[in-house]
Amino acid sequence: MHSRRFWQYVRRHGRAYLIGYAASAVAVAMAQLSPWALRAAVDAIQHGAGGRLGMFAGILAALALAEAAATYVMRIRILSVAYRIESDLRHDYFAHLQRMPLRFYQRMSVGDLMARAVNDIRAVQRLAGVGLMRSVQTTIMIVASIAAMLTLHAGLTLLMLTVMPLITLLYLGLGREIHRRFDRVQAQFASLSTRAQENLSGIRVVKAFAQEPAEQARFAEEVDAVVGVNMRLARVQGALWPAIGLIFGLASVVLLWQGGDLVIRGGLTLGQMVQFSYYLARLTFPMVALGWITNLWQQGSASMQRLDEIFSVTPEIRDPEHPAALATPRGALEFKNVTVAFDGARVLRDVSFAVPPGRTVAIVGPTGAGKSTLVGLVPRLYDPVQGQVLVDGRDVRSLSLVSLRRAVALVPQETFLFSDTLAENVRLGLDGSEEPAGAPDGGAAVTRAAAVAQLAGDIERFPLRYETVVGERGVTLSGGQRQRTALARAVIRDPRILILDDALSSVDTDTERRILAELRGIMATRTCLVISHRISAVRDADWIVVLRDGRIAEQGTHETLVGADGLYAALYEQQLLRDELDAPDAGPITTEPRPPSRAPRA
Amino acid sequence: MNAMIDEDQIIGRAYDARLMRRLLRYVRPYRRVVAAAIGVLLIASAADLVGPLLYRVAIDRYIAPHAAGARALGPASDARGLAGVAALYVAILGAGFAARWLQSNLMQYVGQRVMADLRMEMFGHLQTLSLGFFSRTPVGRLVTRLTNDVDALNELITSGVVAIFGDVATLVGITAIMLWMNWRLALAAFVVLPAVFAVTERFRRRARGAYRAVRTRLARLNAFLNEHLMGMTVTQLFTQERRSRARFDELNASLLDANLSSTRNFSQFYPIIQLLGAIGVAVLLWYGGGQVVRAAATLGVLVATVQYAERFFDPLRDLSDKFNILQAAMASSERIFRVLDEPVTVEDPPAPAPLPHGRGRLEFRDVWFAYDDDEAWALRGVTFAIQPGESVAIVGHTGAGKTSILNLLTRFYDPQRGQVLVDGVDVRRVAQRELRRRIGLVLQDVFLFAGTVDSNIRLGNADLSTEDIRRAAERVGAHRFIEALPGGYGAVLQERGAGLSVGQKQLIAFARALAADPEILLVLDEATSSVDTETETLIRRAMATALRGRTSITIAHRLSTIQHADRILVLHHGRLVEEGRHADLLRRNGIYAKLYRLQFEVEARSAG
Repeated sequence: MHSRRFWQYVRRHGRAYLIGYAASAVAVAMAQLSPWALRAAVDAIQHGAGGRLGMFAGILAALALAEAAATYVMRIRILSVAYRIESDLRHDYFAHLQRMPLRFYQRMSVGDLMARAVNDIRAVQRLAGVGLMRSVQTTIMIVASIAAMLTLHAGLTLLMLTVMPLITLLYLGLGREIHRRFDRVQAQFASLSTRAQENLSGIRVVKAFAQEPAEQARFAEEVDAVVGVNMRLARVQGALWPAIGLIFGLASVVLLWQGGDLVIRGGLTLGQMVQFSYYLARLTFPMVALGWITNLWQQGSASMQRLDEIFSVTPEIRDPEHPAALATPRGALEFKNVTVAFDGARVLRDVSFAVPPGRTVAIVGPTGAGKSTLVGLVPRLYDPVQGQVLVDGRDVRSLSLVSLRRAVALVPQETFLFSDTLAENVRLGLDGSEEPAGAPDGGAAVTRAAAVAQLAGDIERFPLRYETVVGERGVTLSGGQRQRTALARAVIRDPRILILDDALSSVDTDTERRILAELRGIMATRTCLVISHRISAVRDADWIVVLRDGRIAEQGTHETLVGADGLYAALYEQQLLRDELDAPDAGPITTEPRPPSRAPRA
Repeated sequence: MNAMIDEDQIIGRAYDARLMRRLLRYVRPYRRVVAAAIGVLLIASAADLVGPLLYRVAIDRYIAPHAAGARALGPASDARGLAGVAALYVAILGAGFAARWLQSNLMQYVGQRVMADLRMEMFGHLQTLSLGFFSRTPVGRLVTRLTNDVDALNELITSGVVAIFGDVATLVGITAIMLWMNWRLALAAFVVLPAVFAVTERFRRRARGAYRAVRTRLARLNAFLNEHLMGMTVTQLFTQERRSRARFDELNASLLDANLSSTRNFSQFYPIIQLLGAIGVAVLLWYGGGQVVRAAATLGVLVATVQYAERFFDPLRDLSDKFNILQAAMASSERIFRVLDEPVTVEDPPAPAPLPHGRGRLEFRDVWFAYDDDEAWALRGVTFAIQPGESVAIVGHTGAGKTSILNLLTRFYDPQRGQVLVDGVDVRRVAQRELRRRIGLVLQDVFLFAGTVDSNIRLGNADLSTEDIRRAAERVGAHRFIEALPGGYGAVLQERGAGLSVGQKQLIAFARALAADPEILLVLDEATSSVDTETETLIRRAMATALRGRTSITIAHRLSTIQHADRILVLHHGRLVEEGRHADLLRRNGIYAKLYRLQFEVEARSAG
């Protein structure tokens, strides 16, 4: 375990571990003492002295009580602390991820991050708990038991321990073979998984070419191979535990045979022989546990390493050393020779333009021109590699992230709603506690924002109105409703700078027109950046910037650009055609059957 | 999406009789092996139990005969006798080892076979489900069902059921031997049993509650984490980090509480059972010791009874682990059965009609179709017929219903109303495989399987010779680049054909369709911007070769396709609004003219 972080967590709870280990030592000591009492009792019985039996039984019970109490303390201390470490670790993991910029999430899959949060944190918890507990306890127990046996009768002990090297050999020999075969099982399992993945991803082709039987045959091969490698593993693995049992059985035979012989010759009392058998029993479990403990260490270290990989990532976008605050932002925005590159590939080159406070600038251009990247620079979702983005004349990188992002509201292309009520999803735009939570209609601000986003009417139609739960486990909203919720979230924030990144693409043109009209009212004094594929959404902007391949191709007002007959004019013409084709049928729709409504799918 | 989270979080009861019965049905074919495993398990358990008995014999006969009241034999013969007992002990240990090893192999075999059967059944079932099912179920989830969930059952079969059986056998065996040796001593040792049962019962009850609490809180926490990782940008943009962290901490603390209370329960259980065991031994010593002194029992019997009493508690202590195995397995099996119970919506008719060996006449008769019963219509009353050998192009704006036509012809879906006919037979009346063997499909997203180029063109059709494959590739112009691959037709393609260009993949798709030599060809062609002019020419030629002499429908994105089509069908908002030849349609200056200007004019301009 090379992770410094892991030991920091352990050290933070050092006291609990110390108490746990002290209790562990007490428990082992008690476990070592009880066979003495037993031996005394057996010897007394053998010599017909029954008088002191009550006392011996009492001592045994008292020792057992002390051992049980100490064991309890050990377990509760160490195991509980491991869950606390798990909880701390999880907290730190999440807090760390919260600082990671958008680029990080574009590189890492959520599934991978989840796997670390679920499986790896659990493996570390097991190491911090059972792992650390058993490592120490087992060591003490083995050393103490062997020491006690040696004091009893060194010769017999050594004789019995001759079988112990067999255990080492077993672990080494069988262990390596098990490892090898286990790797093969894992590989075959992965192969099975890939096969299934491939078939299910390509199910359309499988069906189209009537390949089901061939696919089944191929899958059967994989399945049979899984059985094969598992059986090969079972043949060695199935021998491990019985072999350990056999070895300890042999030690017991040595005790019976040689120990018994010693008793017959008077070199050992029967009580001592019984005592021996107890120590042998006390040795069995720890020896068996050794392999398992090694496993816990290996898994725990590997998992901690995977977590450290994430912890060691420093966010590229973070607060500067001495962050400045935007006290009363005016909303002046300027892009100055901005170049952005991702993994060496330039997505924006030398882009410059300024937006005076309170003005609306539209950005248009074909897919992949760099529009989203450009607007993402303002709230620092990305940083440029060259040039500057200025808000009120100050480089955004000199401002504190919180202060900057409070002044900006960006509605992204892809709407994300949390599994929460509509009111909560809108209120997310508010900072802190500007409005008491749980107000009946989600509060006046929420209703106002919903009205601007043309969402209020839809909400009134839900039985639970603003308390309707949406998101993964709630009501399914239409694309337009989702976008309007996201817009309301930005409106409630009352930002100095509002950015709409193609945020109304799923809203029909009519509603869009109403939303834009409302927005013009409240945004009159605010700065706006609007990306849209629809000319209707951009033609009234104060200025239009046309991007192509990361560069500004042309800029101007709607009229001048249409007149210039360049890229904008072409896009405009295409858009007009598209709008015509998108418009609902003018033809006579008389009696159109509705799709049959069945029960919702499971 | 919502079903996924819920389903993965099925917590499962520790024991569900209905599920268990259904699971056992999969074990039934292997019941002989199971019986044999139980047989050797009994031998193994018996071998385990012999140890203390041999100690008793050794002590009473040879080591301390006077305490047993037996006549001493003299040290020499005692030693010989002892050696004999030791030898017997070794033999029994050996037998026990062999029995345990055999038993574990037998059970592993059963477990592996049952898993293989379940996997094949699930896989086979998945092949029959409609595309609708796959469009709403993430592939990853299904893969988990086939892999990890099935694996979770293995533990239930190999260690769960049989181990519990073994534990019971051990307990019964110990009790019987103890009673047989000296029932008074046995009863003395059993004084603590009522307390053991009471403690175990209390533990079990609490463990069940604690397990549920831990699982539900963990599930809630993970769902939160998953969602907030996906929506991290939103949280950051709206500076809500502190608030979402506070919510996370709440969930985290509540999980910690559940874990701590579960730990308390477990931490109490082990020491208490251990303590009760020790008290049992103390009582045995006190009472039994008196018996030995009064010569009512032998010392050997006492020692053996003490040893048995100690072993009695081991299986009880392990109970909690098995409880967890059972619970996890129940949850997995519930998820597996849910996949197996997924109804087949597009089914073959009970008595499929043979598809007449026509030449590929296609017909849509007033077809109304929606992908989901509560979604909007994708096709509204579409009627058309395509004559054998005719080459038809379909054009339309996004969402006009072009792909739906292909989906209905191949019977990936069934229409809600109307009929789709191939050579005069409703496609619902023929077997799906029969239908699809007559139809070739070239999709815009070419799907290549892991395997060789040959196997990707051949696609399981063993009747084709390598010469046929080669000819198909030659005809579409794919032969040259295939030959250039290391290994040629035997070149193994990496995952999804990584290393091949988009154009090369499309050529393979055409070769695939040509090799199958269908009467009807459906092509979803897409003008890909990443294809260079040379490949573009190759693809265009390949398409022309493939379409020759067949009935074909092409979802056209290329100017050349619409120009060469015998007829063009124009779909708009799910309706067939115009049809005719390119030049006539352009003259009409309707929807087609607009579409042409939107989709093809750029190409026409750059080509012209």
